[in-house]
Amino acid sequence: MSNTITGAEALMRSLEHEGVDTLFGYPGGAIMPTYDALYDHKDTLHHILVRHEQGAVHAAQGYARVSGRVGTAIVTSGPGAMNTITGIADAMMDSTPVVVICGQVGAAMLGTDAFQEVDVIGVTQPITKWAYQIRRPEDIAWAVSRAFFIARSGRPGPVVLDFTKNAQTGMVDYQPARVDFIRSYDPVPVPTDDTIRRAAMMINQSVKPLVLVGQGVELAGAHEELKALLEKAQMPAGCTLLGLSALPTDHPLNMGMLGMHGNLAPNVMTNQCDLLIAIGMRFDDRVTGNIDTYARQAKIIHFDIDPSEINKNVKCTLSVVGDCKDTLRRVTELVDAATHKAWIDGFAPYKEKENHKVVEPAIHPKEGDLRMGEVVRRVSELTENKAVLVTDVGQNQMFGCKYFQYTLPHSVITSGGCGTMGFGIPAAIGACFGAPDRTVCMFAGDGGLQMTLQEFGTIMEYGVPVKMILLNNNFLGNVRQWQYMFFNRRYSFTPMTNPDFCQVASAYGIPSRTVTRREELDEAIREMIATPGAFLLQCGVMEEDNVLPMTPPGSNVDEMLLEIN
Amino acid sequence: MENTKYQAVECGDCNTCGKCFNKVQDGTLYTILIYSENQAGILNQITAVFTRRQVNIESLNVCASSTPGVHKYTITCFCQEEMAKMLTKQIEKKIDVLQARYYTTDQIFTIEVALVKISTPVMLQDQRVNLIIRDLGARIVEVNPTYAIVEKKGRTEEILQLYERLNAVGAVLQFVRSGHIAVTKSTVEQLDRYLERRQQNR
Ligand SMILES: Cc1ncc(C[n+]2csc(CCOP(=O)(O)OP(=O)(O)O)c2C)c(N)n1
Repeated sequence: MSNTITGAEALMRSLEHEGVDTLFGYPGGAIMPTYDALYDHKDTLHHILVRHEQGAVHAAQGYARVSGRVGTAIVTSGPGAMNTITGIADAMMDSTPVVVICGQVGAAMLGTDAFQEVDVIGVTQPITKWAYQIRRPEDIAWAVSRAFFIARSGRPGPVVLDFTKNAQTGMVDYQPARVDFIRSYDPVPVPTDDTIRRAAMMINQSVKPLVLVGQGVELAGAHEELKALLEKAQMPAGCTLLGLSALPTDHPLNMGMLGMHGNLAPNVMTNQCDLLIAIGMRFDDRVTGNIDTYARQAKIIHFDIDPSEINKNVKCTLSVVGDCKDTLRRVTELVDAATHKAWIDGFAPYKEKENHKVVEPAIHPKEGDLRMGEVVRRVSELTENKAVLVTDVGQNQMFGCKYFQYTLPHSVITSGGCGTMGFGIPAAIGACFGAPDRTVCMFAGDGGLQMTLQEFGTIMEYGVPVKMILLNNNFLGNVRQWQYMFFNRRYSFTPMTNPDFCQVASAYGIPSRTVTRREELDEAIREMIATPGAFLLQCGVMEEDNVLPMTPPGSNVDEMLLEIN
Repeated sequence: MENTKYQAVECGDCNTCGKCFNKVQDGTLYTILIYSENQAGILNQITAVFTRRQVNIESLNVCASSTPGVHKYTITCFCQEEMAKMLTKQIEKKIDVLQARYYTTDQIFTIEVALVKISTPVMLQDQRVNLIIRDLGARIVEVNPTYAIVEKKGRTEEILQLYERLNAVGAVLQFVRSGHIAVTKSTVEQLDRYLERRQQNR
């Protein structure tokens, strides 16, 4: 029996074959044949019409990060494709598996500056794991399967498929394809037993080991393997921003967050340990501070799936290149049970110091304006520390990530490598679709909220049950803090005149409430949680609050400021 | 020799005299051999790695390899070994790149070809032209009343010397170098090994 169908229909079947159930997208001329085919697949391919293509990719990212599956976005050529760039770059930096399908002019018109033609492959090649132009309907099944395989395997990342119009309208005898091998691409290297033995030996010989937990643990689903290693050898750990929910916050060996705005103890101890065990993290400069003085006293073992991360920023003593779900398990078998009591006890004074000087005043202030920290902590507690945290970028992000508490994996969705303002709302929408059973709490500042505010329309149309907490300080707070600290308090274009956000929400039918008084906070949060569907909780917070502690840029990792003079 | 810096010709600063072929570069001359699938756009991805890492490509050659469907890139650059290592890893990370390896000049056989188009009248007037050509083991492959074409195979230094000296007597009309091509001295064919290993893992 002949199976001759259009390329657009072949794309639909290929997506279904990959198990795709949700698409975030926006139509336009060059992708119209595909949207026409989609009309007949509405039951299987649930399409969410976003309000801007940047939102489509961020939503796909949120979907991917919360579910561990590949997120999919679909947009038109030219301007539609260009609006996805921020999201694609963000996904590249944060190793998020997404496939972005863009319409493109017909192959015969390529290179002629045709209407809405942009060299999408040329533009996206440097910010994708793979970018491919489908010019013939015969290539669709193969290209789609290859795209999803590349996006999800090894170190995940974004893939762009640039889909010419003639490939959408042309006819093809469709046969499903399954790509799970590419000879030039070895997604999961396997380290030798000798490497594993050496890693175990270094751990067994260490008196003061410190583990750095990155998003790689989340991506590998190696939560249990990590815990098993930590607990057997009793090693303290710190988490990167994206690795925060790889280990429950209240785990006794979790010493907190690493990096510029992380916790004092793990940062200070980085320069005191004798062995640093980095797992699925890439020694970003926001984590290391001054690289020349970073952990110089320590031996370093680097577990990562990506060989090009090894010795990129920090030279390691031993690299274990592979899937950490496998490598951690193998190493744990050879590791001796240990206690490291004195070493672990050494973290406590730093923790107490930070608690006293920074944390307590931030989450339990006695007087004055509402603070971001207390709002975040109460939202976390009143959702039983089980919600998914999504943040925008800025102070809201740092307070959000630090003071939220995590008990479940895949619970922190934030733009790490790129720091993309406007990420919050659309990523939270995606997270709601990726984890319909979980409560999704999104924190944003008044700046970032307005960068993708139009997605209120998407929330309205699809009844997306996202709980949005606006931490409104009437400033581009994070930049203001830097101006305060490093630019003589010259607030160059950081104060902002804002609209009535609750009125905006109400225009979209989203219930909202404003809270400025501490006494009302709990009740307001409860109202937000109890209200079915979306909610905007606007918190009028202290205008000139500062995120602390802080390692000023270029300073050593153990030189954290607990207060600003 | 070739493993060290090129000697700058002319003033040593391309930004001033406009004639120099080589700035004095820091580091060692590394030859990076890359094999990729025959897919469009890979050269772009490879050169982008150099651009991002701010390493100048000294020479670049691309052609089909001895393995059907596989392209070979020969790229030379001056850098520190750490950088050469990083470049190869980041290049190898590209999905359709099969293998990237870096070599110092003593680990490979390498050669370059140059063509110098010179003025026939100058050649006939000035005996030094023929002396230079013979002295450096170059050969004349074409002559007509207007110009002659000189071909020279060899190491970069010799080629640059040829150009230098012909230019000094005012004979040069055009000059072009092919860029290095290289094969490894190793008795093991790394690409074949890689392909076999991948085939087994399939
Ligand atoms: C797209 C984008 N533009 C600019 C920045 C630079 N930036 C980082 S934080 C910040 C301020 C954010 O202000 P706001 O959204 O109000 O959040 P707050 O810091 O006050 O919590 C800015 C402008 C950015 N990260 N992303």
